[in-house]
Amino acid sequence: MSISIEQRRQHRLMTIEKSLAKRHRKENAFRRMGLLAVVTGMTLVAILFISILMRGVPAFWQATFYMDVYFDPEVVQLEPKPERESGESQFAFNERYSQWLTRAGLVNWQTLIDNALEEALGEEVEPRQLRDLRALVTSGERYALRDRFVEDPSLLGQTVELKMLASANVDVWIKGNIDRDLPDARQQLSAQTRTWADQLEEQGVIRNAFSTSLFLNTDSRSSLASAGLAGAFMGSLFMMVVVIGLSVPLGVSSAIYLEEFAPKNRLTDLIEININNLAAVPSIVFGLLGASIFIGYLRLPLSAPLVGGLVLTLMTLPTIIIATRASLRSIPPSIRQAALGIGASRVQTVFHHVLPLALPGILTGSILGVAQALGETAPLLLIGMNAFVANVPGTPLDQSTALPVQIYLWQGNELRNFFEARTSAAIIVLLGLMLSLNALAIWLRKKFETRW
Amino acid sequence: MKKQMLSVAVVAGLAASVSTAAMARDTIQIAGSSTVLPFASIVAEEFGNTYSEFNTPVVGSGGSSGGLRQFCQGVGENTIDIANASRQIRSGEIESCGENGVNEILEVKFGYDGIVFASRLDRSEFALKPEHVFKAAAAQLPQDGELVDNPYTRWSEIDSSLPDQEIVLVIPASNHGTREVFEEKVIHPGCETVAEVEDDACNNLRGDGRIVEIAGDYTETLARLDAQEDAVGVFGLSFYDQNRDRLQVATVDGVTPSLETIGSGEYPVSRPLFFYVKGEHLDVIPGLAEYTEFFLNEMISGYGSPLEDAGLIPMDEEERAEALEQFQSRTVATAE
Repeated sequence: MSISIEQRRQHRLMTIEKSLAKRHRKENAFRRMGLLAVVTGMTLVAILFISILMRGVPAFWQATFYMDVYFDPEVVQLEPKPERESGESQFAFNERYSQWLTRAGLVNWQTLIDNALEEALGEEVEPRQLRDLRALVTSGERYALRDRFVEDPSLLGQTVELKMLASANVDVWIKGNIDRDLPDARQQLSAQTRTWADQLEEQGVIRNAFSTSLFLNTDSRSSLASAGLAGAFMGSLFMMVVVIGLSVPLGVSSAIYLEEFAPKNRLTDLIEININNLAAVPSIVFGLLGASIFIGYLRLPLSAPLVGGLVLTLMTLPTIIIATRASLRSIPPSIRQAALGIGASRVQTVFHHVLPLALPGILTGSILGVAQALGETAPLLLIGMNAFVANVPGTPLDQSTALPVQIYLWQGNELRNFFEARTSAAIIVLLGLMLSLNALAIWLRKKFETRW
Repeated sequence: MKKQMLSVAVVAGLAASVSTAAMARDTIQIAGSSTVLPFASIVAEEFGNTYSEFNTPVVGSGGSSGGLRQFCQGVGENTIDIANASRQIRSGEIESCGENGVNEILEVKFGYDGIVFASRLDRSEFALKPEHVFKAAAAQLPQDGELVDNPYTRWSEIDSSLPDQEIVLVIPASNHGTREVFEEKVIHPGCETVAEVEDDACNNLRGDGRIVEIAGDYTETLARLDAQEDAVGVFGLSFYDQNRDRLQVATVDGVTPSLETIGSGEYPVSRPLFFYVKGEHLDVIPGLAEYTEFFLNEMISGYGSPLEDAGLIPMDEEERAEALEQFQSRTVATAE
């Protein structure tokens, strides 16, 4: 009898031990799988970041000429800059000034650059080689020279050391982004231009310098080396102002109403389901909606950040409502009960007690929603924001692009050798903005977080 | 009180921004062909830099058909002023324009562009004929007297002079004007050499994955060539020109495409480029007429101009004068 009990005990122990080993194995396997998933994810993110950084960071430095430019009075034949005379109306002065500007534009500024290059090369360039010579400096620099002169006409007759960007192809050549051993027929630059570029680099006239053009210039097609993000940045900024101005008040107030005041009935259930569904609608659908309503029906202008902002507001609203509701729900009912118990009205309860406590959650949700809107591209393509715009928009109604759309546009540029790096640089700028927004969200949450 | 003021200010700001939308637009708005886009953007930039009194025009893409559809949406400040097209406007498009009140369609021809076949530099060279391309692309081909599904899988099976390489042809989708030129100048002449295929069936291309249609721009075609290394892609000459370090171009009928051979008409696959100006907007949008005339200026689109540097094949003196005269006399395009 006792043996049988002992046997049964043994048997039971063995079963337990067996199952225990199995459970441990399972647990270990699960842990390892989880770790593997995290490691895979991190590796992929690391590869993404490293490849973007490797390609993009060099684009912040560009081949730049440091040359003495002589504002030759024989080339710059222009009467003095008009001053407003007493008794002259503003309109008449503007007219006269704009005529002067047009004449300033007709001056052959390119000649000044040609002369400076000849000086630096120390050789006389024959007319038939002019084309090779002009391939060195990016074509936008002649307008930069004009603008500099218009600002300060006293430069006439003076020699100034100026920084000028090399053309995109020279930049590619100097940086070695094109195979230098390719035969002439496969090179973008003529043999003469390449020799000159190498010679000038050796003399230190061409240096690889940090370039602000990426940040300060607008997009450019005729002068690729000076294409920048300023216009797209302002466009994105205007859109974000519209998004924050509309979606945060609308989203937060509707969430407060739905969570704290609305009766629980079929209608509010339906609204809740709809909001949850809206959050899952693909963004391109909002673009189509925006194109037909804001542009087709309300007749708002094409390519305007205002329209982009409105479309992105529609997209961000559900995100903010959901985040705000979740944040309100996480406030313990005891807070409300205590407030109501000492005689506060419901509005007082919400605005004096619940909302301040829910604020960190609401802020985090809103900032993440806005950050998502900042990176959105698809709906903007449908409202004409993928156009080539060479102006910095002054108002939300001016035509403009946005940062992610600019990345898309550069990605499509024909000159791959130059724009692959430029695109990555633009991605770095956008990612930097996103990361700082997310950091802001985390900081705000930490700062206002309450524990109970 | 302060909060109220703030909300009043926000509402007033929004109202003001909506009401200014009704004010006149002072920037030219352009959309259309992605082949014309680089040229139009350069002109727009030079225009903005030259004329201090006008804004730099805004140039969008969307393909020739997409641009003309936007163009025909109607007259008004939230419709575009100019549609770029790498093909001539169709009579159906003129009709749909007319239905929406766009009657003054001014056609401006500004130069030529070549369409080239190019493959990766590390692959074999191609010497194509329209016939080869048709045989590689057709849905059905005659075999022993009856039409069967296209049997060819390698170029060398079509013609022994062609390399022994998988057939993959990357062509523009039908939203591009380039597609029409490709069909008209390559597929149709090739089709004529094969008597058994009826004219209507010429445009039926095989659907077994050997023909890849690209709705985006040429960079997408280039990316395709990186993924499928055997592929032959259809590009604009200017695009090929900017990427000569990775692409090699195929000859067509023994002629290598270049500015010279296309300008002289020797290379068969070329087409004129156009843009269409909305006559109704000429007096409304400042600078529209000036932009058009600036575009046709010898300094901008002639020999030695920035557009030629970007790969445009310029028109000769006579054609340029004719195009300008046609615009200045406001000759309206009509549906035949």
